[in-house]
Amino acid sequence: MTTKYTKDHEWVRIEGDVAVVGISTFAAEQLGDVVYVELPAIGKQVKQGGDMAVVESAKAASDVYAPVSGEIIAVNDALNGNPEKVNEGAEGDGWFCKIRIANAGEADALMDASAYADFAKA
Amino acid sequence: MTETVSGNRGLLQAEALIFETGSLARTGVDMPAPKGRANRLGGLGRKVAPALPGLSEPEAVRHYVRLSQKNYAIDLGFFPLGSCTMKHNPRLNEKMARLEGFADLHPLQPTQTVQGALLLMEELARWLLTLTGMEAVALSPKAGAHGELCGMLAIRAALQARGEGETRKRVLVPESAHGTNPATAAACGFIVDEIKATEDGHVDLEDLKTKLGPDVAGIMLTNPNTCGLFERDIRTIADLIHGAGGYFYCDGANYNAIVGRVRPGDLGVDAMHINLHKTFSTPHGGGGPGAGPTVLSPALAPYAPVPHMVRRGEELALVEHAEDAEGTPFGRMCAFHGQMGMYVRALTYMLSHGSDGLRQVAEDSVLNANYLLARLKGHFNAPFGGQPCMHEVLLDDSTLRPHGVETIDLAKALLDEGYHPMTTYFPLVVHGALLIEPTETESKAELDRFADVLIALAERAKTDSAHFKSAPHLAPMRRLDETRAARQPKLRWKPVEALKTAAE
Repeated sequence: MTTKYTKDHEWVRIEGDVAVVGISTFAAEQLGDVVYVELPAIGKQVKQGGDMAVVESAKAASDVYAPVSGEIIAVNDALNGNPEKVNEGAEGDGWFCKIRIANAGEADALMDASAYADFAKA
Repeated sequence: MTETVSGNRGLLQAEALIFETGSLARTGVDMPAPKGRANRLGGLGRKVAPALPGLSEPEAVRHYVRLSQKNYAIDLGFFPLGSCTMKHNPRLNEKMARLEGFADLHPLQPTQTVQGALLLMEELARWLLTLTGMEAVALSPKAGAHGELCGMLAIRAALQARGEGETRKRVLVPESAHGTNPATAAACGFIVDEIKATEDGHVDLEDLKTKLGPDVAGIMLTNPNTCGLFERDIRTIADLIHGAGGYFYCDGANYNAIVGRVRPGDLGVDAMHINLHKTFSTPHGGGGPGAGPTVLSPALAPYAPVPHMVRRGEELALVEHAEDAEGTPFGRMCAFHGQMGMYVRALTYMLSHGSDGLRQVAEDSVLNANYLLARLKGHFNAPFGGQPCMHEVLLDDSTLRPHGVETIDLAKALLDEGYHPMTTYFPLVVHGALLIEPTETESKAELDRFADVLIALAERAKTDSAHFKSAPHLAPMRRLDETRAARQPKLRWKPVEALKTAAE
């Protein structure tokens, strides 16, 4: 149950054949107060690196990309109406969605926490 | 800051919403009672009186004058909003636009009675085509994004005519693009594919090459780009996209930097909108409607929308229906013929400047921006190595952030100094962006005054972040809670209980 990170600042936690996905604490801090999250439809097929969600702060709207390929099987409905959950716990209660992983090897190439910390600092 | 008893600040009057002013029982006009009392609404009549604001005439006049005094305008002060080209609106333009023969026209008048207006539109079109080196122009689009839509619909029509309407669906858009570009492409049914930027703020040619293919419809590119830099590889980009069978849409928002110096047609552009309200000085930003004529290359000209003008001997006529046109128009952008008042203003500007004057517009806009860059780059970080810019200066807040001051705080502090802030947090490729477009119509003295203010604020930020965090201190409104406004928006005024009862 390790958490991996993408260079586009998404995190992914693998739980069996399901990936829980969100944006990193660093990304949430950079965005500032999140005011809206557009979540994907359940059943949607996403491709690694392809569009998955949109996160909007007072400053800007940003695309959130799928860290792994697969099918969206759940979304965090609590973010509708309470987008501040992303700022309060980006890597906890502020998760975006769950993906049924199509290709088990895909997450291996992503960064671990310490590699991501170095990447975010740079 | 001393709070006042009245809520007014100096001679600036505090003002409530119009619904919160006056009383429902009051009115500024006395209407005679209607003749005839028979109600023919069959029970569908209004059950309660409409809760319209009740103001006497002097109250109504004061309400709007007070609001107007809270406005900021190019006629009032420097307006350095990047990407918006807030240049002076010459008064000669206004005088010409108010001539009865132009101002009092009706769009449904017979064309024999408006030959002068059509001649003006023909002359405007000739100037636009000469300046851009293009084949055809659709005058009717109402503003920039509408012009983008016109250009992309022409591209879609050309692809459909080639039988590739269903196979070429992908439009390439650089990640620094204006937000309207991907929105326009999506509205036309295209799929948007982002192209990366290089470290020095240009289109990444290698990334572009990997994204070309038989499903590419075209590219949407701004030049100068939103980082204020000229895309020096633009000819290569045009050749690459044409080689892949796609079309080149150029976002003309930044045309002010190159008007009279570069003809987009020579760069391989297939379609470009021209913001008359930016480059050709017609009012915008609350001061007037925009106008976004779209110029088209020979490849796209047959698909130009109706209406367009034709000359039949001495007489000018309008082609109103696609079946009467020589080409195969993709359709119609709006009910009538566009913004006549803006055509008059723009042509006045062109004729009063001449081709040499328009060239100087571009040169001076670039010179002014580089002067500001030279004065500011020791005090703010200039991303992309502080290389010379075109008509706008891109800075960021990276030297302020260690002191706890961000772009938003600097923008609010500028309000206290009497300036409309620059564009903030755009382009998105630069974190904490500050985009300043001085335009050519500001004097060196005004640029110096603005630079002095920014430099003083940068110095103050080093020791006094509290001043910035609580700014603005002197503006009519203090810092607004933008987060709450976005999370819990109140989109319309609702009557309070007392008023509701009174209306019944």
